Amino acid sequence: MGSSGLNQKDILGIEDLERSDIELILQTARQFEEVNKRAIKKVPTLRGKTVINLFFENSTRTRTSFEIAGKRLSADVINISASGSSLSKGESLLDMAKNIEAMNPDIIVCRHSSAGASHILSRYLKASVINAGDGAHEHPSQALLDLMTVLKHRGSVEGLNVAIVGDISHSRVARSNIYCLQKMGASVSVVGPASMMPRDIAKLGVKVHHRLNEGLKEADIVMMLRIQRERIVQSPFPSLREYARHYGINHENINALKKDVLIMHPGPVNRGVEIDPEIADGPYSVILDQVTNGVSVRMALLYLLSGANSLSL
Amino acid sequence: MTKILIKGGRVIDPANNIDGAFDVLIENDKIAAVSKAGQIKDSDCQIIDASGQVVTPGFIDLHTHLRDPGFEYKETIQTGTASAVAGGFTTLCCMANTDPVNDSFSVTDYIVRKALQEGHCRVHPIGAITKGLKGEELAPIGELKEAGCVAISDDGLTVQNAQLMRLAMDYAKSFDLPVSTHSIEANLCKTGHMNESLVSTKLGIPGVPNAAEDIIIARDIMLAELTGAHLHVGHLSTREGINLVRSAKSKGLKVTCEVTPHHFTLTDESLMGYDTNFKMCPPLRSAADVQAIKDAFKEGGVIDAIATDHAPHGIIDKEVEFDQAAFGIIGFETALPLSLRLVEEGYLDLSTMVRLLTESPAKTFSLAGGHLGAGAPADVTVFDPKEEWVLERDQVVSKSKNSPFLGKTLVGKVKKTIVNGVIRYGDAS
Repeated sequence: MGSSGLNQKDILGIEDLERSDIELILQTARQFEEVNKRAIKKVPTLRGKTVINLFFENSTRTRTSFEIAGKRLSADVINISASGSSLSKGESLLDMAKNIEAMNPDIIVCRHSSAGASHILSRYLKASVINAGDGAHEHPSQALLDLMTVLKHRGSVEGLNVAIVGDISHSRVARSNIYCLQKMGASVSVVGPASMMPRDIAKLGVKVHHRLNEGLKEADIVMMLRIQRERIVQSPFPSLREYARHYGINHENINALKKDVLIMHPGPVNRGVEIDPEIADGPYSVILDQVTNGVSVRMALLYLLSGANSLSL
Repeated sequence: MTKILIKGGRVIDPANNIDGAFDVLIENDKIAAVSKAGQIKDSDCQIIDASGQVVTPGFIDLHTHLRDPGFEYKETIQTGTASAVAGGFTTLCCMANTDPVNDSFSVTDYIVRKALQEGHCRVHPIGAITKGLKGEELAPIGELKEAGCVAISDDGLTVQNAQLMRLAMDYAKSFDLPVSTHSIEANLCKTGHMNESLVSTKLGIPGVPNAAEDIIIARDIMLAELTGAHLHVGHLSTREGINLVRSAKSKGLKVTCEVTPHHFTLTDESLMGYDTNFKMCPPLRSAADVQAIKDAFKEGGVIDAIATDHAPHGIIDKEVEFDQAAFGIIGFETALPLSLRLVEEGYLDLSTMVRLLTESPAKTFSLAGGHLGAGAPADVTVFDPKEEWVLERDQVVSKSKNSPFLGKTLVGKVKKTIVNGVIRYGDAS
């Protein structure tokens, strides 16, 4: 546990965090932001600490972001890609985790296709666990970097209307963002066909819209979710063409949005599906800012969980 | 002649309208007499003092998994029946999902013989409906009955093909065998690992809606009406399922059902935290479903049996990612205290609870026992309804320890279990 004030051993989900925790993480991320702009992008803060990226699911962006974050803090970062699962070699998640634990790492960053995988690790490991995405459950660092991006553009999310568009059922990004934005005072709506809405989602305190124009009318921020064809067993929509037509942002429907709307996407974008190719690069889009902020947010998480005593900037 | 006299207890024998201070005399393997306290001479008897305790017919469990043959690392006939008698069960019916599957005379015969050799209680196999539980063609149902099967079921692998199910019911009817079902529409629950609800939405675990169960219960009731076969709805877990069974019974159809202790005790809220010991199929449902089941107990006549669905699994099956963990929990040793909660909460009186564990399941599958009438098999359970105890992992008798009640304080403990005139659980004094 950090001497830093974050009252958690692990970061398993935004649902478990207090608003003050979120504020502390973002405040810390802001301090690291400056490091990322230096010519020599490295501070000794986590020298001698070992961070293991344990990725059971393919990921380029999140894994790279955590790796860069760890390295800029001088931690020793080891990447383990157990794609598919260690089960393919007959080893269980728990056995693998216990073996890694035996090497005394400080922080394990876990990405897994099974919801709750990081919870299992946290139950058995002394090391801190950061959930870098578990099934359709949560992806806390994504929500934190999204929040940082919004705050940098708007100063506050208090009272803002945020619309999350797409396959809410299968989206850990949606769940983490709903919790995070609500805790910070935003009003959240989810937009998509009913076949992409998980059961009783409205009970989380979100408005539910099935038509894009209705869902986006009042939105200050639009978060487009990636259509994850690889995860879906039976498609909840007829075709990509039809999805793009009814739930994609394009040159026509963008005119009905607020003039200062921000368009976000956790990436990678299916250009022409969720967002028209030009709009993804256009003035409303803050997609690359999200990626930049990701490094600072992950540095903050690693620092706050590491027990390091000072920022050593 | 071996004589056992169980003295001083409250004897509850619903089949014979007995509930009060009686003594039970056992001679060899039969009940000899149940008489008012103090009336039977105890000169040449082994005495069991049941003061402050309840004496009932041995419990009968219509739905269990003994894992033998094939999965002996989870349970064997020896360990499973030892766990059963520790829970007060003297008779159990075991499902066909062994390896090899119980779809032949020889597998049924193996189970029957092994139970006689090393079992602690009576074991009645349930044969497969379809060969290999594959849902493609009928198993030799007549032969299974000859070998000793008392019902047929594909259990967790619900027969999806309605025509095949119709044929199975028609055929089973000809052999007077009940068809026991696990009601799950396969496409609706293909990726599901828990009840579909706000809880599954929060956890990000794909859910199984009630409709997946209700559709098959409704289908099978219609097929029971069409064929006249005896449908036994296994481990019913939904409020609509209760309504469907009630309405089938009111039409006079030969439809019965059972409910497990976990489905009337726990809700899907228990899954917050991803503990795989709460993962079962059907899944733990909502509070509204649990309430509907409890209300049906109070109403009476809808639920025919409390059955455990005892489903032992090893740590390699359970200490894994939630969506890769096996479904099911062990159930024998916690069935009594969980059932007693229904009495405590006023949904059942003690006598009706006993009936649902004894006489009623016996009738449902036409089994001997379930009562203490003279000449009945000497299967008797003695329990203390007030004793508090904690279910500790190292005291679990079953070979597997996958119970959601580990570490929990339970009220009501089996003190003695007598099977066929032999004390199989509890000390001899």
